[in-house]
Amino acid sequence: MSTAIADIHDAPAEPAVNYLNASYGIRSWLLTFDHKRIGLLYLASITVMFVVGGVAATLMRLHLVEPQGALFEPETYNKMFSTHGIIMVFFFLVPSIPATLGNFLIPLMIGARDVAFPKLNLMSWYIFITGAALALYGTISGGVDTGWTFYPPFSSLYSGTHVVAVALGIFIAGFSSILTGLNFLVTIHKMRAPGMTWFRLPLFIWALYATSLIFVLGTPVIAITLFLLGLERLLHVGIFDPAVGGDPLLFQHLFWFYSHPAVYIMILPGMGVISELVTAFSRKKIFGYSFVAFSSLSIAVISFIVWGHHMFVTGQSVYAGLVFSVLSFLVAIPSAVKVFNWTATLYRGSISYEAPMLYALGFIGLFTIGGLTGLFLASLATDVHLNGTYFIVAHFHYIMVGGAVMAYLGGIHFWWPKISGRMYPDMWARISAAIIFLGFNLTFFPQFMLGYLGMPRRYAVYPAEFQVLNVLSSAGASILGIGYVIPIIYLAWSMRYGPVAGPNPWKAKGLEWTIPSPPPTENFEEIPIVTEEAYNYPAIEAHDYPDAPGVARV
Amino acid sequence: MSELAVHSAHPPGFAHQFETVEQQREAGHLGMWIFLATEILFFGGMFTAYVVYRSLHLPSFILGSHELLVRFGATNTAVLICSSLTMALAIRTAQTGGSKGTIIFWLLATMVLGAAFLGIKLRYEWYRDWVEGLIPGVSWLGGGTHTPGVKMFMCFYFFMTGLHALHMVVGLGILTVLVIMTARNRFSPEYYAPLEISGLYWHFVDIVWIFLFPLLYLIGGRYPGS
Repeated sequence: MSTAIADIHDAPAEPAVNYLNASYGIRSWLLTFDHKRIGLLYLASITVMFVVGGVAATLMRLHLVEPQGALFEPETYNKMFSTHGIIMVFFFLVPSIPATLGNFLIPLMIGARDVAFPKLNLMSWYIFITGAALALYGTISGGVDTGWTFYPPFSSLYSGTHVVAVALGIFIAGFSSILTGLNFLVTIHKMRAPGMTWFRLPLFIWALYATSLIFVLGTPVIAITLFLLGLERLLHVGIFDPAVGGDPLLFQHLFWFYSHPAVYIMILPGMGVISELVTAFSRKKIFGYSFVAFSSLSIAVISFIVWGHHMFVTGQSVYAGLVFSVLSFLVAIPSAVKVFNWTATLYRGSISYEAPMLYALGFIGLFTIGGLTGLFLASLATDVHLNGTYFIVAHFHYIMVGGAVMAYLGGIHFWWPKISGRMYPDMWARISAAIIFLGFNLTFFPQFMLGYLGMPRRYAVYPAEFQVLNVLSSAGASILGIGYVIPIIYLAWSMRYGPVAGPNPWKAKGLEWTIPSPPPTENFEEIPIVTEEAYNYPAIEAHDYPDAPGVARV
Repeated sequence: MSELAVHSAHPPGFAHQFETVEQQREAGHLGMWIFLATEILFFGGMFTAYVVYRSLHLPSFILGSHELLVRFGATNTAVLICSSLTMALAIRTAQTGGSKGTIIFWLLATMVLGAAFLGIKLRYEWYRDWVEGLIPGVSWLGGGTHTPGVKMFMCFYFFMTGLHALHMVVGLGILTVLVIMTARNRFSPEYYAPLEISGLYWHFVDIVWIFLFPLLYLIGGRYPGS
């Protein structure tokens, strides 16, 4: 064991030939089968989408500074929030951690040379780009005003906007998700290095395994649903038109059968990242490994049977509402297991507040708020009051932005030395983490209050008494926006000018840290043989600080 | 990626990211099974919608079903089941080391049966539906006894059989590739995974039809005594 650790620290700082400079030119990137390069292709493309969705959000918040609306006609405002939702959900959050960090890390973490199907992996990216291009075309050439939910009959009969183009874009991008999920499942099942048993896998892998299950089983349903919607809109056959015997509620059922699990597509990978960060920066084994691993799987399973809680006020049967309410409470259990286990991992750890850890701690707090407010919405009675208000908006932004985006940024920072071979400027990273945390809370906490007071979501105008809270929220959004721009700048800067990171700047465990940074194209010279469980930080600590009190404790 | 010299000793069709041939075979199989699970959910969304509307509009769905020609649906069911047999025989031939010609014969037989299915569907069913104005949104002359529910039924009939036919066309494409690969001596009793995996797909498409046929053609008293 001790020799292995010495090897890590003494390895050459930056390899002469690595996956980034093994070949040059635009062709070598656009035709690559290397999972690491494909991960970076996704990183670049979803960053573009993030900026587009972010600009739409900024314009919305600017508009809402005044009760009568400062910028747009109501129709334009409708297009703004629809664009924001569609781009952020389907083209940023869903692919965010899985397609970038997942692609980059899964083979490295399990000790494989690549994913099981590298060509399929590249094809997934092209499918994603095709879908994204269509959605962007629809957005730019006139926009959509249905919201990201596309509820008929508005979307099928009345909306005069580019519903078909955007829905087709989502339909196409869905196949990218399906193929990525398929690739990950097979890779995790069949490509693990000798000795890498299921219960030695990093918890990031367990989280992505659960995510992939949802990709594979949920996405086809949204695909067929949007397909039906498109046909309905083009041919007016009446599938969702109540006038000729169709049922708009059926659309909502099918839509949420995917879109609720999709929430867990967005948050589960983030939870996986947090498990890695919390252990690495507390220098401890995770508390209750198998509980954390199985909580990922149970979240994935339960996520498929709670969709009705989006439809409490649509007129579905009271008994269905009752059952969906109980089931929705159930999903809080595995989520809480994770939060408790991270907290227990922190307990008596040697905690250091590196930038990724700041994001991780932010995640734990914000996810807890987002999760607990979810319980308000799972209760039938309170949901009747809160449904369709800003309370919902605040709740899911605490999960998706406070949770998923924080974890995404934390993960990007943590593995940036491995991805780029360079360190980012530490001070800037900590400052931007703090700015994002503050800006986020200032943006979305007032929205809880607005929603509780009864301000409906998706309205372009509002009564004057809501102005103070709205201005606070918009002020927060501008701070949040600055917080997001800073990392884009310094991460790009660090690729060229950052100090060389070396193979393992965090002294972290995991196979990805045993190889040079950036890794060579084939990842491992020899496929490693795994002999220990994940997160064996006590071994490093004992090696580095043999005389420290308490090291032997673990 | 094939320039990695360490792997040059491996058989044709071996991909660099795998350590052993067996690992590659297992990965391919698992991948196809997961893909088929996705397909089940894909068709499943449509089956769910069908079942909901069938329960809402049963009398209309029966009327709609009576517009379909059972004899062609039944013929096509038989054709598809035979094509699954020929597909299985092609795989069996490769597995037991049969001649290249025999494998190609069974693959071509599968393709002929698949094409026959599509031909019957097009010529004797969809074309007739078009002439008689039974295609909602495209050629619809529905009036008289044709309630909105009948239109809904015909919608589902075209969506479901259309999606199925699309899968058949993809299957024919795959079979064409397999014929070419066989002709180029790519397969042996040690390596015939593409045949097996494509076979799984072909059987799946067959099974979808086995569900579609009774759901669409046989509802509402098509059988004696009801």
